[in-house]
Amino acid sequence: MKLVKIDKKQWAEGLESLKKSFRLLGPVKEDSYYSFKALKEGEQPDFSFLNTRLSPKSLLFPQSEAIVEYSLDERDEDHHVMKAIETDDSPRAVLGIRPCDAKAVTLVNLNFDTSEYKDPYWVKALAATTFIGLACDTPKSTCFCTSVGCGPYHEEGLDLLLADEGETYLVKILTEKGGNFLSTAGLEAVDEDTTLFDAKKKAAEAKIISTIATDNLKGQDILDLHEAPFWEDISFACLNCGTCTYTCPTCWCFDLQDEIHGKSGKRFKNWDSCMFPLFTLHTTGHNPRGTKLQRVRQRFMHKLKYFVDKYDQGIMCVGCGRCVNQCPVNIDIRKVCALMNDHKVDEQACAVQE
Amino acid sequence: MQNPYVPYPVRIDDIEVATEDKSLKTFKYVFLNDGDEEKFSYQAGQFAELSVAGVGEIPIGIASSPVEKGFVKFTVFKAGVVTSHLHNMKVGDIMGLRGPLGNWYPWDFLEGKNILIVGGGFAFTTLRSSIVYMLDPANRPKFGNIDVVYGARTPGMLLYKNELVEWEKRDDINMHLTIDAPAEGWEYNVGFTPPVTEQKAPQGDDDTYAIVCGPPVMIKFTLPVLEKLGYAHDHIIMSLENRMKCGFGMCGRCGIGKELVCKDGPVFTLDQINQTPREY
Amino acid sequence: MLDYIDKIKEISERLLKDCSVEMVIGFRKGTLPMMNEPCFARTPEDVGQFVWDSNCGINLANYLTDRKERIGIVAKGCDTRNIATHIIENKISREQLVVIGVPCKGMIDKHKIATLFADEIQTVTENGEKILVTAGGKETPLNKSDVLQKNCAVCTHRNPVFYDELAAEKVEEQQDVDRYADVQEIEAMDTQEKWDYFESLLSPCIRCYACKNACPLCYCPTCFVDEAKPQWVGKGQDPTDVRTFHFLRAFHCAGRCTDCGACERACPVGINMRVFTKKLEKDCFEQFGWEAGMSLDERPPLDTYRPNDPNDFIK
Repeated sequence: MKLVKIDKKQWAEGLESLKKSFRLLGPVKEDSYYSFKALKEGEQPDFSFLNTRLSPKSLLFPQSEAIVEYSLDERDEDHHVMKAIETDDSPRAVLGIRPCDAKAVTLVNLNFDTSEYKDPYWVKALAATTFIGLACDTPKSTCFCTSVGCGPYHEEGLDLLLADEGETYLVKILTEKGGNFLSTAGLEAVDEDTTLFDAKKKAAEAKIISTIATDNLKGQDILDLHEAPFWEDISFACLNCGTCTYTCPTCWCFDLQDEIHGKSGKRFKNWDSCMFPLFTLHTTGHNPRGTKLQRVRQRFMHKLKYFVDKYDQGIMCVGCGRCVNQCPVNIDIRKVCALMNDHKVDEQACAVQE
Repeated sequence: MQNPYVPYPVRIDDIEVATEDKSLKTFKYVFLNDGDEEKFSYQAGQFAELSVAGVGEIPIGIASSPVEKGFVKFTVFKAGVVTSHLHNMKVGDIMGLRGPLGNWYPWDFLEGKNILIVGGGFAFTTLRSSIVYMLDPANRPKFGNIDVVYGARTPGMLLYKNELVEWEKRDDINMHLTIDAPAEGWEYNVGFTPPVTEQKAPQGDDDTYAIVCGPPVMIKFTLPVLEKLGYAHDHIIMSLENRMKCGFGMCGRCGIGKELVCKDGPVFTLDQINQTPREY
Repeated sequence: MLDYIDKIKEISERLLKDCSVEMVIGFRKGTLPMMNEPCFARTPEDVGQFVWDSNCGINLANYLTDRKERIGIVAKGCDTRNIATHIIENKISREQLVVIGVPCKGMIDKHKIATLFADEIQTVTENGEKILVTAGGKETPLNKSDVLQKNCAVCTHRNPVFYDELAAEKVEEQQDVDRYADVQEIEAMDTQEKWDYFESLLSPCIRCYACKNACPLCYCPTCFVDEAKPQWVGKGQDPTDVRTFHFLRAFHCAGRCTDCGACERACPVGINMRVFTKKLEKDCFEQFGWEAGMSLDERPPLDTYRPNDPNDFIK
């Protein structure tokens, strides 16, 4: 791991020349919000953002992705035979991803890259991508990354980490991929000692004032939490829209849907949400999570308990605050986490399932 | 990298109406490509996604048995979009199979044990696969007594009738067939599956395991019967159903607590199920 | 409107104490500036959480659908009109309800205020017509009338149209507002301009359905977007499917929409899908003289037949 200093002007020129060998994606301002877009010739990423409105998970896991194609025309020799759609896995780099969103990629990876099955669309996209992180020196008041195993200078999932320092970037080279990116860009990197970088990191961490406690979650009993009395109060306001799950960088649930145009068709992998009744509806009409309470409980139990128990890697949340900021009715995961973490079973009552 | 979303292409080789009300049909598939049958090597209790181009996919338990070669069979109830479409398909049509998926009844563990199978209605598919597997001459010596309680509304609603009759004649398997109400020519039990289980099934003990598969109402009334007969919760093996899409543990919808019915299941012991939220 | 809070609490506590209702639905203070959370009280002790200010833009009628209890509900003008629509459409009965009417002076537009400041907003407080915003450590006063939700700025039914209790004296209704200026702007566009406008309007949509789920009118057990047999709409991000969803939803609300603004307020990506429902609201007003939810007896024009209908298509 090496720390270097790069002049911002050189950095911009380096990016321009990189576009020959890399597809570059970066934050771009649209109206009043930022989102990650492919950068065109001459276009530079806009690093003056707190965070993007939607998480960059869509770069690896698009909201709607065609995965399989087929012909329905019986004159075709291979009609009705379903074939994988080839994807563009040429090298690309995501510029300015925030450390929370990069950590989120490593959490979602636990779902899509397992010892038994691999989602090739995710795995290949991930392998093709170099992640250039941008450290957060001015976090939002709803950022709580430092209490969920992450932070404004967190390095997990990143190949390079940039810290803004006036006319220069302090660049931490975290992986070989990151080193290659710099050398391909032909950037002149001056070695730098870590004093300033470490001080900036410390200052940034001190600015994260929102915290949550998760220490008791692992020790809690699944069924005790499931039957806890607070779910009605938590879920009452919920509209059962997909805002929280769609803006979340760690939510990975999806649907498979066929769409046909004329005599050819494709199968799509579309984002789905545990907030939607259709997510679990059986053909018989039976719905194991048919009520709003059950669905809200599923979302929080998955993030804050089932995931914790299954992977032993903390909670399925990186503290980016998107769901807190964008929930139309202000359901706040920090409040829910506190209730779950502090939950004590009333010894007088019996935890009996329906 | 194996792409788990891409089905093996198969041809419908035969379609058989399975019940008198025509709501179930058994589809026999053969693989289009050499080598795919070997890749689709499965165990009794697993399921697969039947995949129809332009329509969608549906998870169905495998009804054929690993000891039957050259084809795969599924018995499908006509219910939703995909199964309704499937019921209108013809012999020779091309579609896809993704799998095998999920876990299976724990055959290695069950060696040397007595097996009680309790099935109801059209949930007899993977149980048929299991029985054929156990009755295979190479496998039969591995198991102790085999008892089967299988109930349906009427004789015409029992699946795989020809095989049931054959098994009735054998002395290495104890069949207890039952229908809900008396019917002409019916020479076996009459009554719902739970009470017939109570009368005919062997007592539970350390070496006897029950495999139960059926509609929710049958399960509800059979479990207390098994408890009464002395089956411990870790000796009762069940197969769960939930809405599924991917079938290999990624799309997230079939979760019951931290377990995914498609990948960690569908086979669970009652003991395991009791430790998860009942969201199935 | 801050002075309503004590009265709302007092009424709610009384209703719960004398068992006139089993629960009261209102708002509690949110964890973020300009956000309140719909909540309920089942005991007199629970009413302490209730608040009222200019951040109660979510339409509480949405929380009544198919409930079985006797309910007290805090309701501003538009909420009462949607409660009336719910009663007409048999989603709740009048007998179940004690309506705690709130004469409304308008809700503030959190999206709009956020765009006025480069820094993150830390606090927003209000005092009558003054809104005080702290962002980046600096305080900025705003006039409430400049930052009202667009629908509130042109609202002509601020007072509850029916109620059992009132949280305050009625307010004066706005008289000289141009209710349909935004719709007229779009009506004046040619076809291509309209197409481009709608395309750009809907391009950020992520189909989270916050708009439809925040809408009290959208209570169908299975929405047409979820229907599988037949499947009317694709579920991906194809612009045709996104448009189909928004257009059809708007038509489904024709003659029922009260322009409460909950849809636009709920949208996480800031789409003003209100222009669609508003256009149909305008048409119903101009063609039938109809405003939804103004009476408990009259059904909306699109599910009413009258022999003297001026059009002859049905004869």
